[in-house]
Order: sequence, then structure tokens, then C-alpha cells
Amino acid sequence: MQGYLWFIGKRALQLLAVIFFGVSATFLVTHLSPISPVESALGRMTARSNSAPEAVQAMREALTAMYGVDEPILQQYLNFWVRLVQGDLGPSMIAFPTPAMTLVMRALPWTVGLLTSSIIINFLIGNLLGALAGYNQNSRLLKGFGVVAMGLQPIPQYIVAFILLIIFGFLWPVLPISGGFSMDVQMGWTWQFAGSVILHSILPAASLVLVGFGGWFLGMRALVSNVVTEDYVTYAELAGVRRNTIVGGYVIRNALVPQLTALAMTLGGVFSGTVIVEQVFNYPGLGSLLIDAVGGGDFSLVLAVGTVSVTAVAVAIFIIDLLHPLLDPRVRAE
Amino acid sequence: MFAVFRDLIRYNIEFAVGLVLVTIIVIFALLSFFSPVDTTLIYMVAPDMPPSPQYWFGTNSRGQDLFWQMSTAMRNSLTFGIIVATLSRIISLAVGLASGYIGGWVDRLLMFINDIFVAVPIFPVLVLFYFVLRNNLDSLTLAFIMAAFGWPFDARLIRSVALGLKHREFTRHAVFAGMSTPKILLEEHLPYVMPIVFATFMANMLWSIGLEVTLAVLGFTNINLPTIGTMLYWANNHSAMVVGVWWWIAIPVVLIVVTFIGLFLLAVSMNEYIDPRSRLRRMGA
Repeated sequence: MQGYLWFIGKRALQLLAVIFFGVSATFLVTHLSPISPVESALGRMTARSNSAPEAVQAMREALTAMYGVDEPILQQYLNFWVRLVQGDLGPSMIAFPTPAMTLVMRALPWTVGLLTSSIIINFLIGNLLGALAGYNQNSRLLKGFGVVAMGLQPIPQYIVAFILLIIFGFLWPVLPISGGFSMDVQMGWTWQFAGSVILHSILPAASLVLVGFGGWFLGMRALVSNVVTEDYVTYAELAGVRRNTIVGGYVIRNALVPQLTALAMTLGGVFSGTVIVEQVFNYPGLGSLLIDAVGGGDFSLVLAVGTVSVTAVAVAIFIIDLLHPLLDPRVRAE
Repeated sequence: MFAVFRDLIRYNIEFAVGLVLVTIIVIFALLSFFSPVDTTLIYMVAPDMPPSPQYWFGTNSRGQDLFWQMSTAMRNSLTFGIIVATLSRIISLAVGLASGYIGGWVDRLLMFINDIFVAVPIFPVLVLFYFVLRNNLDSLTLAFIMAAFGWPFDARLIRSVALGLKHREFTRHAVFAGMSTPKILLEEHLPYVMPIVFATFMANMLWSIGLEVTLAVLGFTNINLPTIGTMLYWANNHSAMVVGVWWWIAIPVVLIVVTFIGLFLLAVSMNEYIDPRSRLRRMGA
């Protein structure tokens, strides 16, 4: 038990460090850039209007006060942390005066839902099939799966989503290709709404699954084909232990530990993939919000999405790390 | 070295297929040096011509010959991938070898930093850089930024090998012979991790070209430089699919898929070469 606590403590420290450095980097990148948020916002506001010079000056002062950019950078950094802890990153520009954090929190459940469901599907299917392929190395069907996985896995997330969009948007339009749910459905805990959400999530989730499952499959196959040559597997086979018990209790369980580590390590990349897929299918998650914010030159919103994604990914990795002792008793005993 | 290649081609179908695909792509990219047209110019040929003997890949709505456009795009994308992969390999070698050999607090500190880099989601960070740099973000700057994020996985891999090398006999001999630490790392340990460097080089190219495609399609790079991503950006911008100029989308997509599968197969089969047990099984031993 003490080993487990030690392990958790180390991970928690790492979590804090990741959040600290990630959020600080986000702040530094946005604030050390030569482009002033005040001037770019002002440029957008005055571009299609005819304002008096006094009004522009007044706007400039108001924006400077709002962004707080007239203070020294260190003071700005401290203020940023204080306000971040309070969950306040100022109003967004593209949906003024809605606070940027409100927009982010509205988008977060969509991304988390899409990400979690596709990761769970990928992890289960990929690892199960991969383990079977590693154990039964002569099965034609599973070899075929290997070829498919190898062909799909390296293709960039965007291209797969784009091909699905063309197939199901132009060539055979059966699935909705845009949005999180139908416009004519009321948001709420109804079957109709849930059905609409699931229907709209099929294509985004499918593109994540198609790209993601190959990595788990190939990784698990390689791991299992190494584990089956271990002495304890041969011993169990000689002792007449049932095949299902061997595969489930010894082979998969041992091979799953590095896969869980891999899940934690690739989570940042998977998150990036989700962001891209959301953009392709116009899914109302963090990714679409980020692209909109960049397009609209919205400083607070970009900063908010950046900090929340860094934090969310770090927390998710921490949670995966907490699961480790369930699989690997050595972590508990150490 | 040649014997290794011969064995790989003979016993490893994946390596052979990958090598063929990558060779085709590289030759195609090299053709761009003989391009008769300046690929940055627009309205040079009749727009929207389907593939024909005159224009092998057709022409796009901006009046460019897609064959030469694609060839230059491929060269630019591959160059980008090679720059990122080379730079990030240097970082991961330095971190991995030093961390594994020196150990102690240096190891702990480097791996701590490593874990931070692993956990940061790269795509939002790149978008952030585009957001603040806008048009100052040319492909070389982008390559530097990506290289700064592309090393942690492989540094860990190299470290695990270096840990094993540290306790080998020859390392001790070198230490007693008075070799300095940098010299041991460069002359004694570096050759052992070179196969990993080659295999991860391909994987890293895949990663960086894929990210570049994504950023470019969204318009978040220098869209006037022809790369695979910017070609798709312009195709989307002119609604190529709706207008019916399908070859403008299909050809880049097919070439990307070929490039990626080729590089991936090379990376995977080299990985297998590093692990001799699976190689022996394949050869039927």
C-alpha cells in the first residue's frame, strides 16, 4: 500500500508540473508575440464600421484595460494565474460578452464524450483482436486484420475523416455529416435527443476508431507474440490449463500493462486527432471552438481552450496512471 | 550493411513493399527539379481539365498543371518531414544517451522534462503558435517548433538501450582507458542506437508530415507554398468536390496514402529488425 501511495504521489507531482509548464507556455506564447491583442481586436471591430477617432481611442483604452496589457509582463502573469484559479479568463470576442470559460465548458462535454467512447472502443477491440492474433499466429482472418490495420494506421487523421465525409456526404448520404445533434431536436434528457447525438457522433467516432485501432492491434500482437514464448505460458499449457484461462488470465493481463502506459503516453496525440476530426465534421467540441477562436482573432478564447486542453489531457493521463495497480500488482508492492 | 538490406528485402515482404512505395514517391518528388513551370504561379494552363495524355493528373481551378504541382508539393512535404525528423532525432539522441549513461539526478531531471513534453497535446499548441505568429510562421519555423515537440518518445526508447549499454564490458574498458563521457557516448554507444534512430526517423516523418497536412488544410501555414496539405486547402477553398473537379482531391489523397503506408512499412519492418527474436521467427528459425 505504501508503494502505491508513493507511486500516486509521484504522479500527482508530475500532473501539477505538466499543468504548470503547459499553462505557462500557453501564456508566454500568447503574450510575448509581437501582435497586440488590443490592436488586432480593434482592427476587426473598426474594419466594417465608420467610427469617430475619439470612439476608436475610447475603445482602445477599454480593450487595454480589459486585457490588462499595459502592466508589466510579470504582473500580467500573476494576474493570469489568480484569474485562472477563479475560472475567469475574460469575455470572448466572437460571442461577446459570454465569458470564454463558459464557451469552453459548453464544448468540453462533447469532446470528452467523443474522446472517451472512441478510446474505449479502440482499446477494447484493438487489444482483444491483437491478443488473439498474437496467440493464434496462423489464423488467416486475423492476419487479414493485421494487413488492414497496417494500411489504415499511418494515414493522417484528417485524411480519413475527409474520405468518410466524401463517402457519406456526397456519394452515399445516409449519415449526418455536420453538428452534434439535429437542429429540430430539443436539448434535454430525452430518447430523441440521445438518438440524434449518437447518430451524429457515428462518423467522427468512426474516423477516430479507424485510425486508432490499428496501433493497439499491432502493439498488442507484438507484445503477445513475445509473452507466449515465456516459460510460464508453456508450463500452463503443459499443465493442461484451459486455453481461455491462459489467454485471458496470463497472456493478456501481462501484455496489457505496457499497453496501459502507451495509452497514457499517446493521449495527447489522440486529443489532437479529436480536435481535427471535430473540425471536419463541425462537431461542437473544443476543436471547432479553437478553430473558430483563431479565425475570429479571439485572444481570451484561444488562451482558455489552450489551458483547458492542456489541463484536461494531464488529468486524464493521471487517471489512467491510477488504474495501473489494478493490472500490475508489482506497482502496489514496490 | 548491404547484407542487412538484402536479408530485409528477401525475408520481409513489408520492407520490400515499403521500399518500393517510398522509392516511387521519392523519384516523383525529385522530378520537380525538372519542372518546366513555376509552381507558385497561377493561371498558367487551361483550368479544370480532367486527367489526359497532355496533363497526366489534370489541371486545377487555379490553372495549374497538377502533375508538376503535386511533384513540387511532395518534395516540399518530404523536405519538411526530413528537417523535423533530423532535428528531433538530434534532441532525442542527446537526451536519451545522456540520461541513460549518466543516470542519477541528470536522468531524473531529463525524464521529468520528457514526461511533461509527452503529456502536452501538440495540435492546440501549434494552432496557438499560428495564432500569434500568423504570416511569420513559415515552414522552417514550423519545423523547429515541431522538432521541439517530436523527441520525447524516442528519447525514452534510446535511454532504455543506453541503460543496458552502460553495464556492458566495453563501456567499462572505455572508462578505464580514460575516455571522456561525450566520447563514450558518441563513439561507443551511438552505433548501438542507430537502428532505432533510423526506424524512428521514418515514424517521425510520418508524424510531422501528417501534422503539416492538417495545419495546412485548415489554412494555418504558408498557403502559397505548395505542399500536400496546401493543395487540399486550395481544393477545398474552390469546393473542388462540389464542382466536380474530383481529381484535385483524389490525386493528393492517393499520394498521401501511398507515402504514409510506404514510410510506415519501412518503420515497422526496421523495428522488427531491431528485435532479433521476431526476425528469426519470420525466417523460419
